[in-house]
Amino acid sequence: MNLFFDPVGLPHYLLVGAVLFVCGILCMMTKRNAIGVLMGVELVLNGANVNLVALGSPMLYPSGVAPLGLEGPLTAAFVIVLAAAEAAVALAIVLSYYRTAATIDVDQASQLKG
Amino acid sequence: MTDQIASRLPESWAWAAWAGAALIHVALMLCFVLAAVAFFVWLERKVSARIQDRLGPTRVGGRFGWLQSPADGIKLLCKEDIIPAAADSFLFRIAPYLCFCPAFAAFAAIPLADGWVALRLDIAVLFVLAVAGMEIFGVILAGYASGSKYSLFGAMREAAQVVSYEAPLALCLVIPVMLAGSMDLTTIANAQEGWFTQWFVFHNPFSFAAFWIYVVCATANTNRAPFDLPEAESELVAGFMTEYSGFRWAVFFMAEYTAMLAVCLIASIAFLGGWNGPIPWTGWLGLSYSVHPALGFLGDFVGFLNLTAKSFLGVIFIMALRWTLPRLRIDQVMAMCWKYCVPLAAAMLLGAAVWLCLFPGGVFRGVGLRNAPSPTVAAVGAFAGEREQVQP
Amino acid sequence: MTAAVLWHNVFFWIFGLAASALAVGVVVSTNVVRMAVCLVMSLAAVAGLFFLAGAPLLGAIQILVYVGGTMVLLVFGVMLTARLPAAAMRTNAGQWVAALIVGAALLAVLWQAGRGLSAACARRDAAAPSAAEIAPANQTVTELGLALLGVRADAAQSAEGGSSTQRPGYLLPFELISVHLLAALVGAAYLARSRWPARRQAADDVRSTDME
Repeated sequence: MNLFFDPVGLPHYLLVGAVLFVCGILCMMTKRNAIGVLMGVELVLNGANVNLVALGSPMLYPSGVAPLGLEGPLTAAFVIVLAAAEAAVALAIVLSYYRTAATIDVDQASQLKG
Repeated sequence: MTDQIASRLPESWAWAAWAGAALIHVALMLCFVLAAVAFFVWLERKVSARIQDRLGPTRVGGRFGWLQSPADGIKLLCKEDIIPAAADSFLFRIAPYLCFCPAFAAFAAIPLADGWVALRLDIAVLFVLAVAGMEIFGVILAGYASGSKYSLFGAMREAAQVVSYEAPLALCLVIPVMLAGSMDLTTIANAQEGWFTQWFVFHNPFSFAAFWIYVVCATANTNRAPFDLPEAESELVAGFMTEYSGFRWAVFFMAEYTAMLAVCLIASIAFLGGWNGPIPWTGWLGLSYSVHPALGFLGDFVGFLNLTAKSFLGVIFIMALRWTLPRLRIDQVMAMCWKYCVPLAAAMLLGAAVWLCLFPGGVFRGVGLRNAPSPTVAAVGAFAGEREQVQP
Repeated sequence: MTAAVLWHNVFFWIFGLAASALAVGVVVSTNVVRMAVCLVMSLAAVAGLFFLAGAPLLGAIQILVYVGGTMVLLVFGVMLTARLPAAAMRTNAGQWVAALIVGAALLAVLWQAGRGLSAACARRDAAAPSAAEIAPANQTVTELGLALLGVRADAAQSAEGGSSTQRPGYLLPFELISVHLLAALVGAAYLARSRWPARRQAADDVRSTDME
């Protein structure tokens, strides 16, 4: 495949981003441990960040102009901060659930009450 | 350095120049760090001994026990390698190295003299803070993988303490960044050129207070007494290091001393003028590159000795603190961080920012020793000027 | 290829393979602590990718916030809830098969989109004005900081008028997410508070050793 022989450019970074994203989705789909699901969310956000940075990095384009310019790393920084906030809230919910149900199995979180 | 090596190699071997330069940088960093750590092992025993009114090592290697550190190292290497049965063996084995590698990697961005830096980043302060904060994983993994509840409690307490004290540490470090207008450590130290009155610690009262808050937070961040409850013998056996013996324990101690040296180096560079001595005699003697390259190298070497002396004095101060003050309880440690250090550091930051607006040249600088405006103001002014030009 | 490009390739493959393999490790492993370790190292490899792609500030932010903050939070959560046997929470094989099919399909879609985007960017690159007319973006801290204020140094000449260095600043979103982070953390601390009033009344005479 030409990926192996070309100098590293945008397609390579987008592939890594895609792999991270898909692994995150797989984690969210298959893990029964609530914290495992949270790890999947982190992977998804990281895949998106890799894409943002690749599209904003002027080194990967022969003309030196990146499609996103300075917005790439800036948006990725915003995503990182929002992911931290979301992880904190999600973990608090998981801890509350663990205290009331004595388990973190998401399969058993099937009732709206309590 | 890459270019210097590449110019001596044939064209198709240019890639080796990069690898060679990287390896030489790593070797130099490793020599400095390991020599310093070995020295600190001996120094701790001497400082603790003198404070306790005794002599310390006096037998191994002459009157002052100079060979005590190698003797300790050989002893630790020859010990039996014990891994508890309940331990997660893979994580148990990698935890000490996960602790040491970030502390060592932070040295990649720390300059030892003007231009003597392995990786000149314009975000050096942020890089050092970030990478040094990765040590906590080694601690947590060590505590979990040991399979013992003392280790787990010690690791959790230490993790909470280290992560908490990173916040006021970073807030204190924003003040020199503001004063110098850059996060590049080389720029920060070069902005303190001249007499000791140019040092940022004497720039304004808020940065003076911030320096002492930084010292307290750095001591807590590296888990040195009086903040060393997580590894205290009387409370938790040895905290997360309980199940570690022999060389693995030595690697943990190397990590602790390396982190201590890193925070002292950062304090010296950011607050105490870095490689600029109290009196700028190298300039008077003409030890600069414009005169002769060898004299310039000598001037840089004197700067290196200055920086080393300042950071070693800082390390001695932290060691003396350990043997002088009683230990704080973990709830006192956390209360001190969140109720005292963070508000104080934030107030100092606000005060320093207001001071910079009111006296852009600083008190000493305005007196006539230096009259340059702060670089941040200059940079914004330059861009603002360009913005006005393109207004239709 | 030049030495710089060669080393860029080598380190991209190292970091990229590490990030992908460790992400697969997160999916595959059953012990939640090993999942956490794999995730931490994958995030560190992604930070390496950021450094490689010329965004060192973002790499440092990734290490500081993600690896040093968010992951410590997750590991604390793991420790506080890790008293259950892992075998009780295995996903059965049928669900794995369905998940893998969906994952493979998603990967194929994303890969095709990536290829199309790369081709479009390459075409746009070829038609772009030469680099001499445009100030190259260094992505240093000064540039990013000034971009927050709206002063852009990487001015791409926009055809529809307006000054080339004036772009919308990012200061308002920056302040908004700072306040959002504060609100989220206060809310999380409140949600995760311990609520055992019966235990507290019983512990009036017996001091517990928990840290508050």
